[in-house]
Amino acid sequence: MTDASDVSPGEFPPGQEPWQPAQFAFDAESEAEIAVHLAKYPPGRQASAVIPLLYVVQKQMKRTTGSAWVPRAGMEAVAARLAMPPIRVFEVATFYLMFNLRPIGKWHLQLCTTTPCWLRGSDAVVAACREATGIEGWGETSADGMFTMTEVECVGACVNAPILQVNDDFYEDMDADRTRALLAALRDGTPPPAGSMAGRQASAPEGGPMTLTTLAFAPGEQADAG
Amino acid sequence: MLADRDRIFTNLYGLHDWRLAAARRRGDWDGTKDILARGREAIVEEMKASGLRGRGGAGFPTGLKWSFMPKQSDGRPGYLAVNADESEPGTCKDRDIIRHDPHKLIEGCLIACFAMGASAAYIYIRGEFANEAKVLDAAIAEAYAAGLIGKNACGSGYDCDVFLHRGAGAYICGEETALLESLEGKKGMPRMKPPFPAAMGLYGCPTTVNNVESIAVAPTILRRGAAWFAGLGRKNNTGTKVFCISGHVNKPCNVEEELGIPMRELIDRYAGGVRGGWDNLLAVIPGGASVPVIPKSVCDSVLMDFDSLREVRSGLGTAAVIVMDQSTDIIRAIARLSQFYKHESCGQCTPCREGTGWMMRVMNRMVEGRADPEEIDTLEQVTRQVEGHTICALGDAAAWPIQGLIRHFRPVMEARIAAYQARQAMPMAAE
Repeated sequence: MTDASDVSPGEFPPGQEPWQPAQFAFDAESEAEIAVHLAKYPPGRQASAVIPLLYVVQKQMKRTTGSAWVPRAGMEAVAARLAMPPIRVFEVATFYLMFNLRPIGKWHLQLCTTTPCWLRGSDAVVAACREATGIEGWGETSADGMFTMTEVECVGACVNAPILQVNDDFYEDMDADRTRALLAALRDGTPPPAGSMAGRQASAPEGGPMTLTTLAFAPGEQADAG
Repeated sequence: MLADRDRIFTNLYGLHDWRLAAARRRGDWDGTKDILARGREAIVEEMKASGLRGRGGAGFPTGLKWSFMPKQSDGRPGYLAVNADESEPGTCKDRDIIRHDPHKLIEGCLIACFAMGASAAYIYIRGEFANEAKVLDAAIAEAYAAGLIGKNACGSGYDCDVFLHRGAGAYICGEETALLESLEGKKGMPRMKPPFPAAMGLYGCPTTVNNVESIAVAPTILRRGAAWFAGLGRKNNTGTKVFCISGHVNKPCNVEEELGIPMRELIDRYAGGVRGGWDNLLAVIPGGASVPVIPKSVCDSVLMDFDSLREVRSGLGTAAVIVMDQSTDIIRAIARLSQFYKHESCGQCTPCREGTGWMMRVMNRMVEGRADPEEIDTLEQVTRQVEGHTICALGDAAAWPIQGLIRHFRPVMEARIAAYQARQAMPMAAE
């Protein structure tokens, strides 16, 4: 199978690239998830489950191949399951940014560079990622298949900027040193717990909350607010 | 200063457990059945009396919005769609509500559905909030298991489902009709209005779309009374609000405070002040990326509420306060927002699809100064041609930051251009 990173965009018609698997079939774990999603929507409205089912495909690919992406055959499987024309599924899969349309690395580095992150130093985080992975351009995968770097727009955690999202996890309050340490840990297969890399309590100010410090809801439940 | 006892989001920072038992100790799900027993009309009237204005950005009165839903069903079910697609740059309040206080949101869904005669709530959460969605999913399951939602919710005799639906990375889906399109399994392209969602929304049925924070504050308002909420904040700008303070402050944070708090007090008291002191402040974007930037001279005295910020030709938006100190390249800061809107335009309306790209390209030249001074006026005129000429407000949102920049920082743009032209002229002079 040809490596996706060797092929320039447009070299093959979309969906016919050599790395596309010929077939896709939902496995038992995916089937269980599909049943949960389909139960949420009224009869005849199963098309509502198109985004959830595309996630199911992407997750199954991660589980079975190590790379989270949605192959053309997966889109067709979703279309068949939801009785939708395949083109409607292709439209959705290409409209929403979180569906990867080609294989990606083990760790998907999603770097927010929108103004709130940029003000807090996202440029340094980007530079540290490039340096540590050897990746030049956005959307590219490192030669060892370990990392893919994607520039993303605001991920919605701005008071903990800059944010480096790795797969589903937000690493917050990043800087160059923390980025290097994080990437080294990822390389070793030992990702630290997600959240603030500065040790902050969620979105509370550094040094501890200045509000909600006088409330006690039950004996022993009042946390030390610092 | 708002007292802790008047704060609604008592677990904003996640110091406590989000699960049902702990949420109940914090007062959630207390007397919900009695609230429902007051009846639809009484709940809507109480919400109107509280003065709550929608917390998603537009500030439309929530009680009034609820009253638009049909009083008598024509056979079609009604729906509540909760907008948890929080994507406005600078904004990260709904994330905290969802991951730390999910039961406030779920209880709010039940009450809002009841008040509008809706049979189900769909919470549309942005795809990037995968971990937050897991918490909310588990909290919904807890609420079902405890009989708080579902058949005969809270023993009220009323049936109400709450479903979680994940988006997949599209800012536009925070626009209410695009959200509905996405929920129906389509590309998130906004619909023409009318018909308004209250008449024809999700699956062609009466639907109301509310922001997470608007729904999550409703139970507390109904428990403590409209008068309590209306007594906080200022006239026509009542109650509390979660502010997100980001950018060049010493201690970025989220905090719940009264509407109408002076911006300077908000930044100094809670965010440790501007980096380098208040006098080092350059400008603030007070309500998320789409509202116009305001310079320090305005920030010195402006109050943080809908009407006060409107008076200075900006807006409260989502109350996401993006602070920029004197070291900021303000042109680049706004140009990055132009890139954001270009990236997020759904491409449906020509002025937005073409305009956002054009504005971004010109803004990128403005960052370098590679432009003629007259182009500042051209840029301003183009923003006017995008603004108000599109189906949804994304075109407006792309136009306003640039208009704010030109309004307050035109000399900076002109100086940048002059510096660039001087650099270009130098080799010529040497010849």
